[in-house]
Amino acid sequence: MSLKSKLVSSYLAFDDHLDDNSPIHDIRKKAIDTFEEKGFPTKKEEDWKYTSLNAIINKDYSIASKGDKKIKYEKVREYFLHDIDSYKIVFIDGVFSSFLSETSHDGLDVCLLSSVLSKEKYKAIIEAYYNKIASKDSITSLNTAFAKEGAYINIPNNKEVDKPIEIINFSTGNETALMMQPRNLIIVGENAHVQIIERHQSLSNNAVFTNSVTEIFVEKRAYLDFYKIQNDKENASLIDNTFIHQEQDTNCNVHTFSLGGKITRNNLNFSQNGEHSDSTLKGVTILKDKQHVDHNTLVNHISPNCESHQDYKGLYADSSTGVFNGKVIVEKQAQKINAFQQNNNILIDDNATVNAKPQLEIFADDVKCSHGCTIGQFDEDALFYLRSRGIGLKEAQALLMYAFANTVLETVKIPELKRRINNLIAEKIGVNIGFDI
Amino acid sequence: MLQIKNLHAGVEDKKILKGVNLEVKAGEIHAIMGPNGSGKSTLSAVISGNENFEVSQGSVTFLNEDILELDPEERAHKGVFLSFQYPVEIPGVSVTNFIKTAINETRKAKGLEDMPASEMLKLIKSKADLLEIDRKFLSRSLNEGFSGGEKKRNEIFQMAMLDPKLAILDETDSGLDIDALKIVANGVNKLKSKDNAVIIITHYQRLLDYIVPDFVHVLIDGKIVKSGAKELAYELEEKGYDWIKEELV
Repeated sequence: MSLKSKLVSSYLAFDDHLDDNSPIHDIRKKAIDTFEEKGFPTKKEEDWKYTSLNAIINKDYSIASKGDKKIKYEKVREYFLHDIDSYKIVFIDGVFSSFLSETSHDGLDVCLLSSVLSKEKYKAIIEAYYNKIASKDSITSLNTAFAKEGAYINIPNNKEVDKPIEIINFSTGNETALMMQPRNLIIVGENAHVQIIERHQSLSNNAVFTNSVTEIFVEKRAYLDFYKIQNDKENASLIDNTFIHQEQDTNCNVHTFSLGGKITRNNLNFSQNGEHSDSTLKGVTILKDKQHVDHNTLVNHISPNCESHQDYKGLYADSSTGVFNGKVIVEKQAQKINAFQQNNNILIDDNATVNAKPQLEIFADDVKCSHGCTIGQFDEDALFYLRSRGIGLKEAQALLMYAFANTVLETVKIPELKRRINNLIAEKIGVNIGFDI
Repeated sequence: MLQIKNLHAGVEDKKILKGVNLEVKAGEIHAIMGPNGSGKSTLSAVISGNENFEVSQGSVTFLNEDILELDPEERAHKGVFLSFQYPVEIPGVSVTNFIKTAINETRKAKGLEDMPASEMLKLIKSKADLLEIDRKFLSRSLNEGFSGGEKKRNEIFQMAMLDPKLAILDETDSGLDIDALKIVANGVNKLKSKDNAVIIITHYQRLLDYIVPDFVHVLIDGKIVKSGAKELAYELEEKGYDWIKEELV
């Protein structure tokens, strides 16, 4: 049985457990119908031209985990920002782990979507926010149909959150192949300020397929920093669907560090619904072997006097492949927009491939939009220059790679996280030299 | 210190050096002059190990060792330094981080520990002072947005930090105003000792007013065709290169 059939047929049993009066019942039903009609996306669709899911969806996944797996903190400590204090929402095989988590209802909500979906007191939240900005495409719909758990974060107006919030999804390998569909809902109130780190981490070499959806509402004058750490194991694949709705005078930054995993697809969508919004999308991708990462970004400029900045850097070794598909839409009424997009790639080996496709759809006439894309090798002159000063070839390459990625790293605002990512990058490049950038 | 014998080199099918002979001893300053395209920069690139150039014949011996098979970094570890005519801009790497890495990699190659941070800072400060380099300059990205003069001064700063046995200054004077030229020359003179040597590659005698060479060589069409004392530089400045070409015919 194909994964699609398995999902569609198991939906009935899944849905049976739900209360028919639940407001999300209809949402789920519509979503499974959409998925049943459209199925998994294929390369025939323009947006999926360079990413095939065939190698993922041919496995026989458990779609609900047995779930009582415990993990010792020492075993996963390295995946947390353990040197500093943080809120933590941790899931093991899709099931909340209270032991590893540090949630809160004190002055802000850092808790579970499952309670929001089921408790009466959150009904207004569900009606106002849930599934309002998530796309209705097949893959997001699939998540919507099965969504029952994830992070729920609600930062009240004027609240500056005192420490970062970590959302971590572990998979243990308890099942031979596991499919997970976490669903996060994040509301950042007016004038609020929050930093969030999201990570999907497999702890075994068993197959994992995560189809994650995150909806983020950023109210007036609020500030959001979101960091995605994608450094998963060789048989872990991720489709990450993130939807960010910005009101006026907001500032949202998403940094995506794609350093591992089998197939990673990032659907990162911004919509600017008020003037003077600023959106920043940055990424560093360092891949090897046959790893594949597809960055599919969309910035929808609906309101005038806004800015967006995109800066994606990629380093591809061995037979790894990368895609950058960056779309910017400037609607007719959205005058005085500054939209910048930059995508630079270095192919370290001859077999590595990058497909880059910038798309600008501009309907306003007073805008400043630019995009630049490069695919190249190491600059031989720069390498010789460094080597002539006594820096070995490998270290010289590493120094150039660091320098290349630095425009993205320099805006990481949590020093501890920045240090970690620096170390991760050094590990990926295979050097250990004492430069700090 | 450096012996070059019958050196032939070029890129792809193009021959550029056609039998260069040169001997440089410790304590000496040599100037190599010549018209555009005569092979001056190729000579410096070949000595320092630029892989874009292929050596087809001849030898380059440095401190009694054939260095043609060595990587550029290995030559640097032995004490060869090239001040680039066009220093490469490397955004994202600060001057300080770059020079720290260069020094510690060189020390590593010699089996030494990293230089202690305090010692490094002291060294950087003293060499920056020598070349009248502002401290802010050191935290900027390497050569990025530097003026011509800043780039050249930064090259000599690196030379001062690395303390090479043989320094090749490739057109270090081009793009320098007279004040910067004096600072750079003063730096080179202070670094000069009886144990190291300098090769100055230049079009003009201007720099040689400040760094006085022991020998002047004229490189034309890939060969050193005339050598002499420092007075030869004045003669070249005055009369150009045509008279030498005529002498050759």
